[in-house]
Amino acid sequence: MKQFKAFVRKEFYHVFRDPKTLLLLFGMPIAQIILFGFALTNEIKNSKIVIVDYAQDEASRRISEKIEASANFEVAQKLLSHREIEEAFKSGTIKMAVVFPNKFNYHLNHEGKAQIQIIADASDPNTATTLSNYANAIIKDCQKSLVPAGQKGLNINTEVRMIYNPELKGVYNFVPGVMALVLLLVGVLMTSVSIVREKEMGTMEVLLVSPFNPLLVIVSKAIPYFFLSLINLTIILILSSTLMEMPINGSLFLLYFASSILILTALALGLLISNSTDSQQAAMLISLMAMLMPTLLFTGFLFPLENMPMPLQIVANFLPSKWYYIIVKSVMIKGLGWASVWKEILILMGMTTFLVVLSVKKFKIRLA
Amino acid sequence: MEKEIVISAHKLTKKFGDFIATNEITFKVYAGEIFGFLGANGAGKTTAMKMLCGLSIPSAGEATIAGFDVYRETEKIKQNIGYMSQKFSLYEDLTVVENIRFFGGIYGLSNKELKSKSEALIKTLGLEKEVDKLVGSLPLGWKQKLAFSVAILHEPKIVFLDEPTGGVDPVTRRQFWDLIYDASDRGITIFVTTHYMDEAEYCDRVSMMVDGYMKALDSPENLKKTHGAATMDEVFFDLARGAQRQGD
Amino acid sequence: MLAVTLDKIIKVYDKGHLAVDEVSFSVKQGELFGLIGPDGAGKTSIFRILTTLLLPDGGKASVMGFDVEDDFKKIRETVGYMPGKFSLYPDLSVEENLTFFATLFNTTLAENYDLIKDIYVQIEPFKDRRAGKLSGGMKQKLALCCALIHRPTVLFLDEPTTGVDTVSRKEFWEMLKRLKTQGITILVSTPYMDEATLCERIALIQDGKILSIDEPQNIIAQYPDPLYAIKSERMSELLKHLRKHPEIKSCFAFGEYHHISFKKDDEAVHKSLLQSLETKGHKQLDFKTMEPSIEDCFIRLMN
Repeated sequence: MKQFKAFVRKEFYHVFRDPKTLLLLFGMPIAQIILFGFALTNEIKNSKIVIVDYAQDEASRRISEKIEASANFEVAQKLLSHREIEEAFKSGTIKMAVVFPNKFNYHLNHEGKAQIQIIADASDPNTATTLSNYANAIIKDCQKSLVPAGQKGLNINTEVRMIYNPELKGVYNFVPGVMALVLLLVGVLMTSVSIVREKEMGTMEVLLVSPFNPLLVIVSKAIPYFFLSLINLTIILILSSTLMEMPINGSLFLLYFASSILILTALALGLLISNSTDSQQAAMLISLMAMLMPTLLFTGFLFPLENMPMPLQIVANFLPSKWYYIIVKSVMIKGLGWASVWKEILILMGMTTFLVVLSVKKFKIRLA
Repeated sequence: MEKEIVISAHKLTKKFGDFIATNEITFKVYAGEIFGFLGANGAGKTTAMKMLCGLSIPSAGEATIAGFDVYRETEKIKQNIGYMSQKFSLYEDLTVVENIRFFGGIYGLSNKELKSKSEALIKTLGLEKEVDKLVGSLPLGWKQKLAFSVAILHEPKIVFLDEPTGGVDPVTRRQFWDLIYDASDRGITIFVTTHYMDEAEYCDRVSMMVDGYMKALDSPENLKKTHGAATMDEVFFDLARGAQRQGD
Repeated sequence: MLAVTLDKIIKVYDKGHLAVDEVSFSVKQGELFGLIGPDGAGKTSIFRILTTLLLPDGGKASVMGFDVEDDFKKIRETVGYMPGKFSLYPDLSVEENLTFFATLFNTTLAENYDLIKDIYVQIEPFKDRRAGKLSGGMKQKLALCCALIHRPTVLFLDEPTTGVDTVSRKEFWEMLKRLKTQGITILVSTPYMDEATLCERIALIQDGKILSIDEPQNIIAQYPDPLYAIKSERMSELLKHLRKHPEIKSCFAFGEYHHISFKKDDEAVHKSLLQSLETKGHKQLDFKTMEPSIEDCFIRLMN
């Protein structure tokens, strides 16, 4: 036990004495959260939009004026056909189109309700949602002022059409995604690099030729990184809830529990990688390749899994991050508890056990 | 007759912050000479060598290599020198002939020159059977001999050798020195560092660095005389014993 | 019981490279045994097999009676090992390194202080310095302390003096001699032939094969021919002329002199050689008999 403590202490010395490690460990998650945070909260100004007014009546003009007055938009008044609108989207000259149908005012006054169509370029989903929300707010505001005193409420129905990405994933998807990414990346990278560094320095030889159980070498390497990852997770949670008002609706304990399993997966993967390579660069490259790409592609936070071809969806099932992502979303956003995510947790635990057993079995007690 | 000077250093100094790695070293090396550059670890040998090769700008002092200034004409210096070290010499994943072509190409040898030179080189080294083998699969001694031959392929005025024979077996070590003598006979100046004291004897003149200073510079014979020593080993020990600095 | 035994040990690396070729030797307890040979001779492979880091591809080997394959755990408890490369943590201080390795071996600095005292006092002034900032000689002393801290019965030192200057090398061998008096068996490897005579017994090794095993004096005594040293003003030409001379059996540069032996060794042959050299313009010829060194023996055994 004393040996074990000495080992863990030594590992902490390594981390805290190497500015590069510290930067990677704590700088990366902070940078990612802040970057995504900015992307989410940044107000959009002077977006080019077009108002297509087929009605040309009083109500449409009043709403158009309000939209034009907004600092968010740079408005062009044009009568375009639907095809022309599409052309404009394709060339990227406009981000949104607001379409008033014929006899807008007439419908509004005679039927008590009318429709405005908002078409947004959702290939950039964040911008698209924000813009349509802005437009919606202005229209709702106008709706009140259009109602003459004493008359019962009118209803303007805005029909929002998101093109190119009809699913339009919500912005909250990013935080759970970043959590998965950071925990995996940091865990895998740190373990693999720190073990391979001992090989490179030759200290692994000395450690092996000591009575210390080789497996304990590995366990004591994992412990510091396990705790550092938990600290990392805490930083992400604090930043995302303060900076980005990301809710944590479910159980915090459940969240940390699931995260711990993912961290273990990462540590086991790092160990596996360190077994098959002898240089730090190679370890780093493999870790990045093996982690970054699949996590970005197949977790579901950048590209919706449902839209992927079947084979890729099956591939995604083998990624621990996919299941972790589902758990975190359910817990943080929907506030769901154990009862709803036990299946995912079980799958994640199964994968982790498999990886831990595999990496321990593969661990070499000799040099070759 | 005045001998041609190929390296001339005057109060050459390199500082890293407060640390003076090389302290006002002054010396000359003549054409065709085998110049031994000895010193304990951390005595400032590597720093001095880097300045002479045009890889590092001195903090003070002057030096010319093959007539070119170490401050302003580093590119010309590089064209006129060869360099070989124990650590990096050849690409292990290229074959013998690929290495020769690559390094010859770097120094702008024409295809015709390259062809004739590489054939001659392979013949001298007796590597006919190994031409298409990867350099990584050759024994260390062969690698070092090949690396040296490649370093002087473009007939440089000076060749810098940084511990070229470290760990090489005694027979190959001597074959290596045969190559050095041949090059020296052809007028190539040899600037060599070594940890083997018997090799210091093979040099025309030997300099000895201690704590950044050049403590001694003379022929091996004279050095032994002035230090009342029977071997170069004793001379080295006598000079280095007082060293304060230990480095690397 | 013998401290170390090897019986026809074979190690093959990929591509069929035979690194260790049926090597057999043994080391007595308390002996200072040297494995002498150039880089690539197989020294490190043998050390790694004995320290249980590599499995041999053939043959049997044991350390303190324990088999390197079956009883590797027992061996790991009894040996000290200093790999060829500096293998301490450069980002930990001298003291932190020592404490770490002491704890790793279930002991403390205080417990075996008497064993490392002589060496440790030399690095103690720098105990708060990071190991990476130490000089070559200091690093080596620290590494030796770390390898000794658990009072091993057998100490394996793989090329401890490579890349270290003459002064530090001398000091290091002094330390080994003192350790030997403590009864520790020491196996040391080196590419420097001049260090061979500092060992009690040596094995000369080249290309994975043992050339000779004996006490250094005996190996020297077995040198078959009388050896002579010769020098003149122009050494490189002298070497060429000697090589062409019909009576010369072997001839190679050796520091200040060239070492030669004759096919037929008598006064008349010596005279005719000196005369022929003088006619070729060699002045100040110096010719004398020479006691062979280990390096002379190695060169002869290699050819």
